Amino acid sequence: MRQGPFEASRAAAWADYRSLLTALEGRGRDPSPVLPLARFPALYRRLCADYALARARRYAPGLIAELHDLVRRGYPHLYRRRNAWWALALGFMAAGFPRTLRRQARVCALAAALFFLPLLVMGLACWQDGELIYSLMDSAQVAELESLYDPDGGRPGRGPERQADTDFMMFGFYVMNNIGIGFRTFGAGLLLGLGSVLILISNGLMIGATAGHLTRLGFGPVFWPFVSGHGPFELTAIVICGAAGLLLGRALIAPGRLTRLAALRANARDAAVLVGGAALMLLLAAVVEAFWSASGAAAGVKYAVGVLGWVAVMAYFALAGRVDGGAGPVRGGSGDDHGP
Amino acid sequence: MPLDTIRLNETPEGVDLGLRVAGPAPRALALAADGAIRLVILLALSPLSALSGLGLGLNLIAVFLLEWLYPVTFEVLYGATPGKRAMGLLVVHDDGTPVGLSASLIRNLLRVVDFFPLFYGVGLVCTLVDRDFRRLGDLAAGTLVVHAQRRSTGARAGRTHAGGTPAPPGLPIATQQAILAFCERARRLSGARRIELAETLLAHLPSPATGPARARGWAAVEQVEGYGTWLASGRAGD
Repeated sequence: MRQGPFEASRAAAWADYRSLLTALEGRGRDPSPVLPLARFPALYRRLCADYALARARRYAPGLIAELHDLVRRGYPHLYRRRNAWWALALGFMAAGFPRTLRRQARVCALAAALFFLPLLVMGLACWQDGELIYSLMDSAQVAELESLYDPDGGRPGRGPERQADTDFMMFGFYVMNNIGIGFRTFGAGLLLGLGSVLILISNGLMIGATAGHLTRLGFGPVFWPFVSGHGPFELTAIVICGAAGLLLGRALIAPGRLTRLAALRANARDAAVLVGGAALMLLLAAVVEAFWSASGAAAGVKYAVGVLGWVAVMAYFALAGRVDGGAGPVRGGSGDDHGP
Repeated sequence: MPLDTIRLNETPEGVDLGLRVAGPAPRALALAADGAIRLVILLALSPLSALSGLGLGLNLIAVFLLEWLYPVTFEVLYGATPGKRAMGLLVVHDDGTPVGLSASLIRNLLRVVDFFPLFYGVGLVCTLVDRDFRRLGDLAAGTLVVHAQRRSTGARAGRTHAGGTPAPPGLPIATQQAILAFCERARRLSGARRIELAETLLAHLPSPATGPARARGWAAVEQVEGYGTWLASGRAGD
Protein backbone atom coordinates (compact mmCIF):
# COMPACT_ATOMS: atom_id res chain seq x y z
CA MET A 1 0.00 0.00 0.00
CA ARG A 2 1.32 3.42 -0.88
CA GLN A 3 1.48 6.19 1.63
CA GLY A 4 -1.60 8.13 0.54
CA PRO A 5 -4.17 5.33 0.87
CA PHE A 6 -2.45 4.15 4.05
CA GLU A 7 -2.82 7.57 5.64
CA ALA A 8 -6.39 7.84 4.50
CA SER A 9 -7.35 4.44 5.90
CA ARG A 10 -5.77 5.07 9.30
CA ALA A 11 -6.66 8.74 9.74
CA ALA A 12 -9.78 8.09 11.84
CA ALA A 13 -7.96 5.83 14.34
CA TRP A 14 -5.13 8.33 14.63
CA ALA A 15 -7.59 11.12 15.35
CA ASP A 16 -9.22 9.02 18.11
CA TYR A 17 -5.81 8.28 19.58
CA ARG A 18 -4.85 11.92 19.43
CA SER A 19 -7.95 13.05 21.32
CA LEU A 20 -7.44 10.39 24.01
CA LEU A 21 -3.81 11.43 24.33
CA THR A 22 -4.79 15.06 24.76
CA ALA A 23 -7.24 14.03 27.47
CA LEU A 24 -4.58 11.96 29.26
CA GLU A 25 -1.96 14.68 29.08
CA GLY A 26 -4.33 17.34 30.34
CA ARG A 27 -5.80 15.13 33.05
CA GLY A 28 -7.40 17.23 35.73
CA ARG A 29 -8.47 20.02 33.43
CA ASP A 30 -10.82 18.00 31.27
CA PRO A 31 -12.07 14.98 33.23
CA SER A 32 -14.54 13.79 30.60
CA PRO A 33 -12.91 12.62 27.39
CA VAL A 34 -15.24 11.94 24.51
CA LEU A 35 -13.94 8.40 24.10
CA PRO A 36 -13.59 5.80 26.88
CA LEU A 37 -10.01 5.67 28.13
CA ALA A 38 -10.23 1.87 28.07
CA ARG A 39 -9.76 2.07 24.31
CA PHE A 40 -6.36 3.67 24.73
CA PRO A 41 -4.19 0.52 24.95
CA ALA A 42 -5.72 -0.97 21.80
CA LEU A 43 -5.35 2.28 19.87
CA TYR A 44 -1.79 2.63 21.13
CA ARG A 45 -0.78 -0.86 20.01
CA ARG A 46 -2.38 -0.32 16.64
CA LEU A 47 -0.49 2.95 16.30
CA CYS A 48 2.77 1.16 17.12
CA ALA A 49 2.05 -1.27 14.33
CA ASP A 50 1.33 1.62 11.96
CA TYR A 51 4.59 3.28 12.95
CA ALA A 52 6.55 0.09 12.36
CA LEU A 53 4.82 -0.37 8.99
CA ALA A 54 5.53 3.21 7.95
CA ARG A 55 9.18 2.70 8.76
CA ALA A 56 9.46 -0.65 7.04
CA ARG A 57 7.74 0.67 3.90
CA ARG A 58 9.95 3.77 3.84
CA TYR A 59 7.11 6.24 3.84
CA ALA A 60 7.92 9.93 3.98
CA PRO A 61 10.21 10.91 6.91
CA GLY A 62 7.69 13.51 8.05
CA LEU A 63 4.97 10.92 8.47
CA ILE A 64 7.35 8.59 10.31
CA ALA A 65 8.43 11.40 12.62
CA GLU A 66 4.81 12.29 13.33
CA LEU A 67 3.90 8.69 14.19
CA HIS A 68 7.02 8.35 16.33
CA ASP A 69 6.02 11.44 18.22
CA LEU A 70 2.52 10.05 18.83
CA VAL A 71 3.96 6.74 20.06
CA ARG A 72 6.48 8.51 22.29
CA ARG A 73 3.78 10.62 23.90
CA GLY A 74 1.54 7.65 24.56
CA TYR A 75 4.22 5.32 25.93
CA PRO A 76 4.63 6.88 29.40
CA HIS A 77 0.86 6.85 29.90
CA LEU A 78 0.64 3.11 29.31
CA TYR A 79 3.82 2.17 31.19
CA ARG A 80 3.65 4.55 34.11
CA ARG A 81 4.80 3.13 37.45
CA ARG A 82 2.04 3.52 39.92
CA ASN A 83 2.69 5.59 43.02
CA ALA A 84 -0.03 5.07 45.61
CA TRP A 85 1.82 6.96 48.30
CA TRP A 86 0.06 5.86 51.45
CA ALA A 87 -0.39 2.22 50.52
CA LEU A 88 3.24 2.16 49.47
CA ALA A 89 4.43 3.70 52.74
CA LEU A 90 2.34 1.33 54.85
CA GLY A 91 3.47 -1.75 52.93
CA PHE A 92 7.01 -0.50 53.20
CA MET A 93 6.95 -0.14 56.97
CA ALA A 94 4.94 -3.31 57.62
CA ALA A 95 6.84 -5.63 55.33
CA GLY A 96 9.18 -4.21 52.71
CA PHE A 97 11.78 -2.74 55.04
CA PRO A 98 12.14 -5.59 57.60
CA ARG A 99 12.06 -8.23 54.86
CA THR A 100 14.81 -6.54 52.89
CA LEU A 101 16.80 -6.21 56.09
CA ARG A 102 16.53 -9.94 56.78
CA ARG A 103 17.44 -10.74 53.19
CA GLN A 104 20.60 -8.67 53.60
CA ALA A 105 21.28 -9.92 57.12
CA ARG A 106 24.93 -10.76 56.44
CA VAL A 107 25.80 -7.28 55.20
CA CYS A 108 23.92 -5.80 58.16
CA ALA A 109 25.88 -8.02 60.55
CA LEU A 110 29.13 -6.88 58.96
CA ALA A 111 28.12 -3.22 59.27
CA ALA A 112 27.11 -3.80 62.90
CA ALA A 113 30.51 -5.36 63.62
CA LEU A 114 32.31 -2.47 61.92
CA PHE A 115 30.39 -0.05 64.11
CA PHE A 116 29.95 -1.74 67.49
CA LEU A 117 33.38 -3.41 67.85
CA PRO A 118 35.34 -0.14 67.64
CA LEU A 119 32.68 1.42 69.86
CA LEU A 120 33.11 -1.22 72.59
CA VAL A 121 36.90 -1.37 72.39
CA MET A 122 37.30 2.40 72.39
CA GLY A 123 34.70 2.79 75.13
CA LEU A 124 36.49 0.36 77.44
CA ALA A 125 39.88 1.80 76.60
CA CYS A 126 38.79 5.38 77.30
CA TRP A 127 37.14 4.25 80.51
CA GLN A 128 40.52 2.89 81.64
CA ASP A 129 42.73 5.65 80.24
CA GLY A 130 41.76 9.31 80.58
CA GLU A 131 44.29 10.50 78.02
CA LEU A 132 43.19 8.26 75.15
CA ILE A 133 40.28 10.47 74.03
CA TYR A 134 42.77 13.17 73.01
CA SER A 135 43.96 10.90 70.22
CA LEU A 136 40.56 11.42 68.57
CA MET A 137 39.55 14.97 69.53
CA ASP A 138 41.45 18.11 70.40
CA SER A 139 41.24 19.58 73.87
CA ALA A 140 38.63 22.22 72.95
CA GLN A 141 36.23 19.55 71.72
CA VAL A 142 36.79 17.44 74.84
CA ALA A 143 36.21 20.46 77.08
CA GLU A 144 32.96 21.24 75.26
CA LEU A 145 31.85 17.63 75.59
CA GLU A 146 32.62 17.63 79.29
CA SER A 147 30.71 20.86 79.87
CA LEU A 148 27.66 19.44 78.03
CA TYR A 149 27.25 16.52 80.41
CA ASP A 150 28.62 18.10 83.58
CA PRO A 151 26.24 17.16 86.45
CA ASP A 152 26.62 20.72 87.77
CA GLY A 153 25.46 22.26 84.48
CA GLY A 154 22.05 22.16 82.87
CA ARG A 155 20.48 19.08 81.36
CA PRO A 156 22.06 17.99 78.08
CA GLY A 157 20.29 18.83 74.87
CA ARG A 158 18.90 22.07 76.27
CA GLY A 159 20.13 25.58 76.64
CA PRO A 160 20.35 27.36 80.01
CA GLU A 161 16.82 28.76 79.62
CA ARG A 162 14.91 25.59 78.92
CA GLN A 163 11.87 26.11 76.79
CA ALA A 164 9.75 23.98 74.54
CA ASP A 165 10.82 25.92 71.47
CA THR A 166 14.46 25.08 72.21
CA ASP A 167 13.41 21.45 72.02
CA PHE A 168 12.04 22.15 68.58
CA MET A 169 15.23 23.83 67.49
CA MET A 170 17.20 20.77 68.60
CA PHE A 171 14.70 18.59 66.72
CA GLY A 172 15.42 20.54 63.54
CA PHE A 173 19.13 20.19 64.16
CA TYR A 174 18.91 16.44 64.75
CA VAL A 175 16.82 15.96 61.62
CA MET A 176 19.19 17.92 59.39
CA ASN A 177 22.40 16.62 60.93
CA ASN A 178 21.70 13.00 61.77
CA ILE A 179 19.66 12.01 58.73
CA GLY A 180 22.15 13.86 56.54
CA ILE A 181 24.98 11.81 58.10
CA GLY A 182 22.97 8.63 57.50
CA PHE A 183 22.50 9.49 53.82
CA ARG A 184 26.19 10.30 53.44
CA THR A 185 27.18 7.02 55.07
CA PHE A 186 25.15 5.32 52.36
CA GLY A 187 26.37 7.41 49.44
CA ALA A 188 30.01 7.01 50.42
CA GLY A 189 29.56 3.28 49.81
CA LEU A 190 29.88 3.98 46.12
CA LEU A 191 33.60 4.54 46.74
CA LEU A 192 34.13 0.75 46.63
CA GLY A 193 32.45 0.52 50.03
CA LEU A 194 35.46 2.15 51.68
CA GLY A 195 33.60 5.36 52.48
CA SER A 196 30.93 3.52 54.45
CA VAL A 197 33.53 1.41 56.28
CA LEU A 198 35.45 4.52 57.30
CA ILE A 199 32.35 6.40 58.46
CA LEU A 200 31.09 3.39 60.43
CA ILE A 201 34.43 2.83 62.20
CA SER A 202 35.06 6.51 62.92
CA ASN A 203 31.51 7.01 64.27
CA GLY A 204 31.95 3.92 66.44
CA LEU A 205 35.27 5.20 67.77
CA MET A 206 33.90 8.67 68.53
CA ILE A 207 30.75 7.46 70.27
CA GLY A 208 32.68 4.85 72.23
CA ALA A 209 35.32 7.36 73.27
CA THR A 210 32.66 9.83 74.41
CA ALA A 211 30.80 7.26 76.47
CA GLY A 212 33.94 5.80 78.05
CA HIS A 213 35.49 9.15 78.85
CA LEU A 214 32.35 10.64 80.40
CA THR A 215 31.73 7.51 82.49
CA ARG A 216 35.31 7.69 83.76
CA LEU A 217 34.76 11.32 84.83
CA GLY A 218 31.65 10.30 86.77
CA PHE A 219 29.26 12.05 84.37
CA GLY A 220 27.50 8.74 83.69
CA PRO A 221 24.32 9.60 85.63
CA VAL A 222 23.79 12.53 83.22
CA PHE A 223 25.04 10.91 80.02
CA TRP A 224 23.44 7.47 80.07
CA PRO A 225 19.82 8.51 80.79
CA PHE A 226 20.11 11.12 78.02
CA VAL A 227 21.26 8.69 75.32
CA SER A 228 19.30 5.62 76.38
CA GLY A 229 16.00 6.80 74.84
CA HIS A 230 17.07 7.47 71.27
CA GLY A 231 20.08 5.15 71.20
CA PRO A 232 18.20 2.06 69.98
CA PHE A 233 16.87 3.87 66.90
CA GLU A 234 19.85 6.05 66.12
CA LEU A 235 22.60 3.44 66.46
CA THR A 236 20.76 0.77 64.47
CA ALA A 237 19.86 3.33 61.79
CA ILE A 238 23.53 4.27 61.38
CA VAL A 239 24.40 0.59 61.04
CA ILE A 240 21.67 0.08 58.44
CA CYS A 241 22.82 3.08 56.40
CA GLY A 242 26.32 1.65 56.51
CA ALA A 243 25.03 -1.75 55.42
CA ALA A 244 23.28 -0.12 52.45
CA GLY A 245 26.57 1.55 51.51
CA LEU A 246 28.40 -1.78 51.82
CA LEU A 247 25.85 -3.28 49.42
CA LEU A 248 26.91 -0.75 46.79
CA GLY A 249 30.55 -1.47 47.51
CA ARG A 250 30.00 -5.20 47.23
CA ALA A 251 28.42 -4.77 43.80
CA LEU A 252 31.56 -3.00 42.61
CA ILE A 253 34.15 -5.27 44.24
CA ALA A 254 32.46 -8.66 43.96
CA PRO A 255 29.68 -8.44 41.39
CA GLY A 256 29.36 -12.23 41.17
CA ARG A 257 27.90 -13.46 37.91
CA LEU A 258 26.59 -10.04 36.82
CA THR A 259 28.37 -7.13 35.21
CA ARG A 260 29.38 -4.46 37.70
CA LEU A 261 26.67 -2.14 36.41
CA ALA A 262 23.94 -4.77 36.64
CA ALA A 263 25.09 -5.79 40.12
CA LEU A 264 25.11 -2.15 41.21
CA ARG A 265 21.56 -1.72 39.96
CA ALA A 266 20.32 -4.90 41.61
CA ASN A 267 21.92 -4.00 44.94
CA ALA A 268 20.90 -0.34 44.77
CA ARG A 269 17.25 -1.37 44.83
CA ASP A 270 17.65 -3.12 48.19
CA ALA A 271 19.99 -0.41 49.42
CA ALA A 272 17.40 2.29 48.74
CA VAL A 273 14.83 0.38 50.80
CA LEU A 274 17.30 0.08 53.68
CA VAL A 275 18.23 3.77 53.55
CA GLY A 276 14.58 4.80 53.38
CA GLY A 277 13.78 2.74 56.47
CA ALA A 278 16.85 4.01 58.29
CA ALA A 279 15.82 7.60 57.51
CA LEU A 280 12.44 6.99 59.15
CA MET A 281 14.19 5.47 62.17
CA LEU A 282 16.46 8.51 62.38
CA LEU A 283 13.39 10.74 62.24
CA LEU A 284 11.93 8.79 65.16
CA ALA A 285 15.27 9.09 66.97
CA ALA A 286 15.25 12.86 66.42
CA VAL A 287 11.76 13.13 67.94
CA VAL A 288 12.80 11.05 70.97
CA GLU A 289 16.10 12.86 71.39
CA ALA A 290 14.59 16.35 71.21
CA PHE A 291 11.41 15.85 73.21
CA TRP A 292 12.07 12.91 75.53
CA SER A 293 15.80 12.53 76.13
CA ALA A 294 16.11 16.13 77.25
CA SER A 295 13.06 15.98 79.49
CA GLY A 296 13.28 15.81 83.25
CA ALA A 297 11.97 12.27 83.77
CA ALA A 298 13.69 10.08 86.35
CA ALA A 299 16.76 8.15 85.26
CA GLY A 300 15.07 4.81 85.98
CA VAL A 301 12.17 5.62 83.66
CA LYS A 302 14.59 6.66 80.92
CA TYR A 303 16.56 3.45 81.23
CA ALA A 304 13.32 1.46 81.04
CA VAL A 305 12.29 3.33 77.89
CA GLY A 306 15.73 2.62 76.42
CA VAL A 307 15.46 -1.12 77.07
CA LEU A 308 11.93 -1.10 75.67
CA GLY A 309 13.27 0.66 72.57
CA TRP A 310 15.90 -2.03 71.96
CA VAL A 311 13.32 -4.78 72.43
CA ALA A 312 10.91 -3.04 70.05
CA VAL A 313 13.57 -2.54 67.35
CA MET A 314 14.81 -6.12 67.54
CA ALA A 315 11.28 -7.54 67.56
CA TYR A 316 10.39 -5.39 64.54
CA PHE A 317 13.39 -6.55 62.55
CA ALA A 318 12.88 -10.18 63.52
CA LEU A 319 9.12 -10.48 63.18
CA ALA A 320 7.55 -7.76 60.99
CA GLY A 321 6.51 -8.92 57.55
CA ARG A 322 6.89 -12.61 58.37
CA VAL A 323 3.26 -13.38 57.69
CA ASP A 324 2.08 -12.34 54.27
CA GLY A 325 -1.25 -10.59 54.53
CA GLY A 326 -1.95 -11.56 50.93
CA ALA A 327 -2.14 -8.26 49.13
CA GLY A 328 1.04 -6.49 50.20
CA PRO A 329 3.85 -6.29 47.65
CA VAL A 330 6.97 -8.16 48.70
CA ARG A 331 9.22 -5.21 48.04
CA GLY A 332 7.15 -2.38 49.38
CA GLY A 333 9.50 0.42 48.46
CA SER A 334 10.03 -0.21 44.81
CA GLY A 335 6.53 0.30 43.42
CA ASP A 336 7.29 -1.42 40.16
CA ASP A 337 3.69 -2.30 39.37
CA HIS A 338 2.87 -1.55 35.80
CA GLY A 339 -0.53 -0.29 34.81
CA PRO A 340 -2.31 2.49 32.97
CA MET B 1 29.06 4.12 16.75
CA PRO B 2 26.47 6.82 16.09
CA LEU B 3 27.56 10.38 16.63
CA ASP B 4 24.19 11.76 17.63
CA THR B 5 22.70 11.54 21.13
CA ILE B 6 19.53 9.69 20.21
CA ARG B 7 19.25 6.38 22.05
CA LEU B 8 16.77 3.88 20.68
CA ASN B 9 14.98 1.58 23.05
CA GLU B 10 12.49 -1.02 22.04
CA THR B 11 9.04 -0.93 23.58
CA PRO B 12 7.03 -4.08 24.32
CA GLU B 13 5.19 -3.45 21.05
CA GLY B 14 8.42 -4.01 19.18
CA VAL B 15 8.92 -0.48 17.90
CA ASP B 16 11.95 1.69 18.55
CA LEU B 17 11.45 4.87 20.55
CA GLY B 18 14.13 7.52 20.36
CA LEU B 19 15.33 9.23 23.54
CA ARG B 20 17.50 12.33 23.20
CA VAL B 21 19.87 12.13 26.19
CA ALA B 22 21.03 15.43 27.66
CA GLY B 23 24.70 16.31 28.02
CA PRO B 24 26.56 17.92 30.93
CA ALA B 25 26.02 21.54 29.83
CA PRO B 26 22.20 21.78 30.07
CA ARG B 27 22.29 19.60 33.18
CA ALA B 28 24.79 21.91 34.87
CA LEU B 29 22.60 24.91 34.01
CA ALA B 30 19.56 23.11 35.43
CA LEU B 31 21.53 22.36 38.59
CA ALA B 32 22.48 26.03 38.93
CA ALA B 33 18.85 27.06 38.45
CA ASP B 34 17.72 24.60 41.14
CA GLY B 35 20.42 25.90 43.45
CA ALA B 36 19.16 29.43 42.96
CA ILE B 37 15.56 28.36 43.63
CA ARG B 38 16.57 26.61 46.87
CA LEU B 39 18.54 29.64 47.97
CA VAL B 40 15.55 31.92 47.36
CA ILE B 41 13.28 29.61 49.38
CA LEU B 42 15.75 29.57 52.27
CA LEU B 43 16.07 33.37 52.18
CA ALA B 44 12.29 33.69 52.14
CA LEU B 45 12.11 31.46 55.23
CA SER B 46 14.88 33.25 57.10
CA PRO B 47 12.52 35.72 58.87
CA LEU B 48 11.26 32.66 60.78
CA SER B 49 14.44 32.83 62.82
CA ALA B 50 12.83 35.74 64.64
CA LEU B 51 10.77 33.10 66.48
CA SER B 52 14.01 32.02 68.18
CA GLY B 53 14.12 28.28 68.91
CA LEU B 54 11.00 27.25 67.03
CA GLY B 55 11.89 29.28 63.92
CA LEU B 56 15.47 28.09 63.95
CA GLY B 57 14.26 24.49 64.16
CA LEU B 58 11.91 25.05 61.23
CA ASN B 59 14.75 26.58 59.24
CA LEU B 60 17.01 23.59 59.91
CA ILE B 61 14.25 21.21 58.82
CA ALA B 62 13.79 23.29 55.68
CA VAL B 63 17.52 22.96 54.93
CA PHE B 64 17.21 19.21 55.28
CA LEU B 65 14.10 18.96 53.09
CA LEU B 66 15.57 21.20 50.40
CA GLU B 67 18.83 19.31 50.31
CA TRP B 68 17.44 15.78 50.15
CA LEU B 69 13.76 15.71 49.24
CA TYR B 70 13.35 18.66 46.87
CA PRO B 71 14.67 16.77 43.81
CA VAL B 72 12.93 13.49 44.69
CA THR B 73 9.53 15.11 45.18
CA PHE B 74 9.63 17.07 41.93
CA GLU B 75 11.02 14.19 39.90
CA VAL B 76 8.42 11.69 41.08
CA LEU B 77 5.45 14.06 40.75
CA TYR B 78 6.41 16.05 37.64
CA GLY B 79 9.29 14.14 36.05
CA ALA B 80 11.78 16.94 36.57
CA THR B 81 12.86 19.59 39.07
CA PRO B 82 11.89 23.17 38.20
CA GLY B 83 15.44 23.86 37.02
CA LYS B 84 15.43 20.84 34.71
CA ARG B 85 11.98 21.77 33.46
CA ALA B 86 13.23 25.23 32.60
CA MET B 87 16.00 23.64 30.55
CA GLY B 88 13.52 21.31 28.85
CA LEU B 89 14.94 18.20 30.56
CA LEU B 90 13.15 15.15 31.92
CA VAL B 91 14.27 12.29 34.17
CA VAL B 92 13.19 8.84 32.95
CA HIS B 93 14.07 5.20 33.58
CA ASP B 94 16.42 3.91 30.91
CA ASP B 95 13.45 2.24 29.19
CA GLY B 96 11.85 5.65 28.74
CA THR B 97 9.14 5.33 31.42
CA PRO B 98 8.67 8.19 33.92
CA VAL B 99 11.02 7.95 36.91
CA GLY B 100 9.61 6.25 40.02
CA LEU B 101 10.15 6.75 43.74
CA SER B 102 12.93 4.25 44.38
CA ALA B 103 14.98 5.18 41.31
CA SER B 104 14.66 8.88 42.09
CA LEU B 105 15.65 8.25 45.70
CA ILE B 106 18.75 6.30 44.65
CA ARG B 107 19.95 8.81 42.08
CA ASN B 108 19.52 11.71 44.46
CA LEU B 109 21.05 10.08 47.55
CA LEU B 110 24.12 9.15 45.50
CA ARG B 111 24.50 12.83 44.65
CA VAL B 112 26.97 12.86 47.58
CA VAL B 113 29.51 10.86 45.61
CA ASP B 114 28.98 12.77 42.37
CA PHE B 115 29.57 16.00 44.26
CA PHE B 116 32.93 14.69 45.45
CA PRO B 117 35.53 16.27 45.61
CA LEU B 118 34.08 19.68 44.71
CA PHE B 119 31.14 20.93 42.65
CA TYR B 120 30.25 17.64 41.01
CA GLY B 121 33.79 16.77 39.88
CA VAL B 122 33.12 13.03 39.86
CA GLY B 123 29.70 13.57 38.29
CA LEU B 124 31.17 15.66 35.46
CA VAL B 125 33.93 13.16 34.67
CA CYS B 126 31.39 10.36 34.78
CA THR B 127 28.96 12.09 32.41
CA LEU B 128 31.81 12.77 30.00
CA VAL B 129 32.96 9.13 30.04
CA ASP B 130 29.54 7.50 29.77
CA ARG B 131 28.01 7.53 26.32
CA ASP B 132 24.57 8.33 27.73
CA PHE B 133 25.94 11.14 29.93
CA ARG B 134 24.94 9.34 33.12
CA ARG B 135 26.48 10.27 36.44
CA LEU B 136 27.09 7.61 39.10
CA GLY B 137 23.66 8.13 40.62
CA ASP B 138 22.03 7.58 37.23
CA LEU B 139 24.08 4.43 36.65
CA ALA B 140 23.01 2.90 39.95
CA ALA B 141 19.38 3.93 39.62
CA GLY B 142 19.09 3.05 35.94
CA THR B 143 17.88 6.50 34.94
CA LEU B 144 18.53 8.88 32.06
CA VAL B 145 18.18 12.63 31.77
CA VAL B 146 16.64 13.34 28.38
CA HIS B 147 15.46 16.34 26.42
CA ALA B 148 11.69 16.57 26.61
CA GLN B 149 10.95 16.66 22.93
CA ARG B 150 9.04 19.35 21.16
CA ARG B 151 5.72 18.16 19.90
CA SER B 152 5.42 18.00 16.16
CA THR B 153 2.85 20.40 14.83
CA GLY B 154 0.86 17.59 13.26
CA ALA B 155 0.29 19.68 10.14
CA ARG B 156 2.80 18.47 7.63
CA ALA B 157 3.36 20.64 4.62
CA GLY B 158 2.88 19.22 1.16
CA ARG B 159 0.04 16.78 1.79
CA THR B 160 -0.10 14.19 -0.93
CA HIS B 161 -2.83 14.07 -3.56
CA ALA B 162 -3.60 11.48 -6.17
CA GLY B 163 -1.86 11.69 -9.50
CA GLY B 164 1.64 12.98 -10.09
CA THR B 165 4.27 11.96 -12.57
CA PRO B 166 5.44 8.36 -12.63
CA ALA B 167 8.95 8.30 -11.23
CA PRO B 168 11.70 6.48 -13.15
CA PRO B 169 11.56 2.77 -12.29
CA GLY B 170 14.11 1.18 -9.95
CA LEU B 171 14.76 4.19 -7.77
CA PRO B 172 16.81 3.30 -4.66
CA ILE B 173 14.87 3.54 -1.38
CA ALA B 174 17.12 6.32 -0.10
CA THR B 175 16.41 8.43 -3.16
CA GLN B 176 12.67 7.84 -2.84
CA GLN B 177 12.81 9.01 0.76
CA ALA B 178 14.84 12.07 -0.22
CA ILE B 179 12.17 13.00 -2.75
CA LEU B 180 9.37 12.53 -0.19
CA ALA B 181 11.27 14.55 2.43
CA PHE B 182 11.76 17.30 -0.12
CA CYS B 183 8.03 17.46 -0.84
CA GLU B 184 7.19 17.70 2.86
CA ARG B 185 9.66 20.45 3.59
CA ALA B 186 9.57 22.43 0.35
CA ARG B 187 6.99 24.98 1.57
CA ARG B 188 9.30 26.05 4.35
CA LEU B 189 12.29 26.67 2.10
CA SER B 190 13.12 29.77 0.10
CA GLY B 191 12.57 29.65 -3.66
CA ALA B 192 16.25 29.62 -4.55
CA ARG B 193 16.92 26.80 -2.08
CA ARG B 194 14.02 24.75 -3.44
CA ILE B 195 15.37 25.07 -6.95
CA GLU B 196 18.88 24.18 -5.86
CA LEU B 197 17.72 21.06 -3.97
CA ALA B 198 15.39 19.95 -6.76
CA GLU B 199 18.16 20.23 -9.37
CA THR B 200 20.53 18.28 -7.12
CA LEU B 201 17.90 15.56 -6.67
CA LEU B 202 17.26 15.31 -10.40
CA ALA B 203 20.97 15.00 -11.03
CA HIS B 204 20.90 11.83 -8.94
CA LEU B 205 18.12 10.19 -10.95
CA PRO B 206 18.89 8.02 -13.93
CA SER B 207 18.31 10.26 -16.97
CA PRO B 208 15.51 9.09 -19.26
CA ALA B 209 16.98 7.71 -22.47
CA THR B 210 14.58 9.37 -24.89
CA GLY B 211 13.08 12.18 -22.83
CA PRO B 212 13.88 15.88 -22.90
CA ALA B 213 17.00 17.33 -21.22
CA ARG B 214 16.97 17.67 -17.40
CA ALA B 215 14.60 20.33 -16.16
CA ARG B 216 16.11 23.44 -14.63
CA GLY B 217 14.70 26.10 -12.32
CA TRP B 218 11.04 25.88 -11.28
CA ALA B 219 10.45 23.14 -13.75
CA ALA B 220 12.81 20.96 -11.71
CA VAL B 221 10.84 21.68 -8.55
CA GLU B 222 7.60 20.78 -10.28
CA GLN B 223 9.06 17.59 -11.63
CA VAL B 224 10.40 16.42 -8.25
CA GLU B 225 7.11 17.26 -6.56
CA GLY B 226 5.31 15.31 -9.26
CA TYR B 227 7.49 12.29 -8.55
CA GLY B 228 6.85 12.74 -4.83
CA THR B 229 3.10 12.81 -5.29
CA TRP B 230 3.26 9.70 -7.42
CA LEU B 231 5.48 7.88 -4.91
CA ALA B 232 3.21 8.77 -2.02
CA SER B 233 -0.18 8.11 -3.55
CA GLY B 234 0.44 5.58 -6.26
CA ARG B 235 -2.29 3.33 -7.42
CA ALA B 236 -4.79 1.68 -5.12
CA GLY B 237 -3.86 -1.86 -4.11
CA ASP B 238 -0.23 -1.31 -4.96
